[in-house]
Amino acid sequence: MNGLGALLRRDLSLAYRQRAELMQPLLFFILVITLFPLGVGPEPNTLKMIGPGVIWVAAILSSLLGLERLFRDDFQDGSLEQLILSGVPLAAAALVKVFVHWLTSILPLIIISPLLALFLHLTEPMYWALVFTLLIGTPILSLIGAIAVGLTVGLNRGGVLLALLLLPVFIPLLIFATSAVESASMQLQYSGQLAIIGAMFLFSLALAPFAIAYALRVSQT
Amino acid sequence: MAVLSTQNLSVIKRDRLLFDQVNLSVDSGSLLYVKGPNGAGKTSLLRVLTGLVEPESGIVFYQDKKIQKCGEDYATNLVYFGHKLGVSGSLSAVENLQYWCDSHQVKVDTNTIYQTLEKLNLVGLEDIPVASLSAGQQRRTALARLWLKADAKLWILDEPFTALDVQGINVLSDKLIDYLSKGGAVIITSHQLLELDYPTQELTLEYRI
Amino acid sequence: MWKWLHPYAKTEKTYWLCQTLLPWFSVLGLVALITGAIWALAFSPADYQQGDSYRIFHIHVPSAILSKSLYMGMAIAAFVGLVWQVKTAFMSMMAIAAVGAVVTFVSLVTGSAWGKPMWGTWWEWDARMTSQLVLLFLFFGVMSLYKSFEDKQQASKAAGVMAIVGIINLPIIHYSVEWWNTLHQGATLMKLDKPSMPLEMLLPFFVSLVGWSSACGAIVLLRIQNEILRREMKRPWVIALAQQNVTQSNTATK
Repeated sequence: MNGLGALLRRDLSLAYRQRAELMQPLLFFILVITLFPLGVGPEPNTLKMIGPGVIWVAAILSSLLGLERLFRDDFQDGSLEQLILSGVPLAAAALVKVFVHWLTSILPLIIISPLLALFLHLTEPMYWALVFTLLIGTPILSLIGAIAVGLTVGLNRGGVLLALLLLPVFIPLLIFATSAVESASMQLQYSGQLAIIGAMFLFSLALAPFAIAYALRVSQT
Repeated sequence: MAVLSTQNLSVIKRDRLLFDQVNLSVDSGSLLYVKGPNGAGKTSLLRVLTGLVEPESGIVFYQDKKIQKCGEDYATNLVYFGHKLGVSGSLSAVENLQYWCDSHQVKVDTNTIYQTLEKLNLVGLEDIPVASLSAGQQRRTALARLWLKADAKLWILDEPFTALDVQGINVLSDKLIDYLSKGGAVIITSHQLLELDYPTQELTLEYRI
Repeated sequence: MWKWLHPYAKTEKTYWLCQTLLPWFSVLGLVALITGAIWALAFSPADYQQGDSYRIFHIHVPSAILSKSLYMGMAIAAFVGLVWQVKTAFMSMMAIAAVGAVVTFVSLVTGSAWGKPMWGTWWEWDARMTSQLVLLFLFFGVMSLYKSFEDKQQASKAAGVMAIVGIINLPIIHYSVEWWNTLHQGATLMKLDKPSMPLEMLLPFFVSLVGWSSACGAIVLLRIQNEILRREMKRPWVIALAQQNVTQSNTATK
C-alpha cells in the first residue's frame, strides 16, 4: 500500500539521519559484555558457561534502551497523530515502524555478535545457535516491547518503568534462547527450543500489532 | 446534511469535566469559531471531533454517520492542524510534505509542493532540515497541507495563526475564505481575534471547576 | 448492552452492590480464618516427616493459589473494561492488583520461611517460587504503570493492556520456568506435593482457603467502594452519603 510504503521510506531515512543515536545501544551492548570478563575473571570455561546468558541479557537490556525512541519523536512532534488520522491502518503502520526499528537497531547487534562470541570464548556450534536464537527471538523483543512503549510514550519518562513492565515478560524467551545455546555447547539438538521461540514469534507477530495500535490510540488521550 | 455534527458531547480530562452536552453542527461553506479561556477544553473538543480522543459520552457524526464507522472516508476528507505540527525536524520541508501526502492518499507531484512553499514565502528553505527553520517557518511548512489537500471537506485548525507574521496571517486568511467560498467547512480556534471577512458561527466554552 | 446504563448511575449501583456483599464476605472470611488457624495449629496432627513446620502450609498454599486467581481476576476485569468500556471494571482491576501483590508477597515470604527447615536455605530457585517472584513483578508492573498517569481513564486503559499481556504470558512463564528448573537442578529438589494428605490435614486447609478467599474478596470490595467514593467525590449522591454519616456520628457522640 502506498501509505505504508511512504512510511517505510520515511522511517528509514529518519533512521539514517539519526544514525549517531542508533549507535548508542550497540555500544552499550558491547560494553556490558566487556564488563563480565572483568567482573567474573577471564577464565575461559567460566566465560563459556555464562556467555549465552550474558549475551542474551545484554541484548534484552540494549533493546530496551533502543525501544524508547521507537515512537518518542513521532509522539512529540505530532507525526503520530497525523499518522493516526491518515487513514492508513494503524496496526499495519505500527508493524512497519517496528520492522524498521528492528532492522536499524537490533540487526547491528546480531551482526556484531561474532566479536562477542570471541570475547566470551563461545565454540562455533554455540555461536550459530546464538545467531539463530537472536534472529528469531529479538523480533519478539521489538514487538512486545512496542506495546509497552506505545503505552508509556506520553509519559516522557519511560526508562525504568519500561524495564519494569517488560523484563518479566521476556523471561521465557531468555530461558529458551540460552538453553538452546547451552544444548549447542553440549553438541545436542536445539531445534525444539528454536521451534518454541518461533511459535512465540509468530504469536506475537499476529497479535502485537493490534495491541500496539490500541496503545498508540490510548496515548493520544 | 451537515458535514460534521455532534450529539450531547461531554469530555472528561484528568478527572475534570471539561464540557457537557455540546451539540454543534457545521455545514459545507460555514466557519465555526470555538472560543473560550485557557483550559476550557477547546483543544480537547477539536481532538474529539477528529476522532483522536474518545469522548466520555456523546457521538460525533461525519455526514450523519458516526466517525468511528466512516473509516477512511473521514480520514480522506479531513485536515487536522494541531498544536503539534507533525513535521519531523530531521527531514526537509519537501520530504515532510511528500510523506504526509503519500500517507494521506493525496496525489501531488514535487512541483506542486515547491509552488505551495513559494506561496508561503519559504523559497530557498525547501530542502534544509525543518529543525533549522524558525518557529513561524515551521508552522508555514505544516500549513502547506491546507493547499495540498484543498479538496478535503473539513479543516479542523487549532490556533493556526500563532507565531505567524502579518504577511503569513494574510495569506492564511485569504486561503480560508477561498476554501470556505468553494464549499469547505472550517472549525477553528484562535486566541488572536478572528478577523475574517466571512460570516462566522461561534461556540463559546466556559472554564468549569 | 452495557452502554445504555448511565455511567454515574452505574458506579452508584456498584457501590451499593459492594455494600450488600461486604458483610457476607467479611463474616465468612473472619470466621473461616479463625477456625482454620486454630484447627491447623492446635488440632490437626503434625506431619510425620516435617513435624510442625508443615503448618505454614495453611498460609502458604492458599496465598499461592489465590495470587494466581487474583491475577486472573484482574485480567478479566481489564478485559471487560477494555472491551465494554466499563469504568467500574477498571476500578475492580486496580482494587484487585494491590491485594494480589500483597498475597503474592505473602506466599513468597511463607515459602521462603518454609524453605529454611526444608531445604536448609531461605531461597531456593525452585520453579514455583521463581514463577511467584515473576508474578509479583507482573503485579508491580501493572500498578506502577497505573500510577504513572495523571488521567485515570488513560491509566486504566494502559494498565489493562499490560494486565492482558501478562495473563497471556503467565502460562508461558510458568512452563518455561518449570522446564528451566528441571533442566538445571534435576532431582536434587525434594518434591513436596503428591503424598496424599490425610483428611485431618486437608479439612483445615480448605477452611483456610475459604477464609483467605473471602477475606481478599472483602478487601477488594472495600477498595472498589473507596475508589468509587474518591472518584465521584463531587457527585450529589456521595455528598448526601457523607452528610448522612456525619449526622449519624454526631448523634452518636451526643
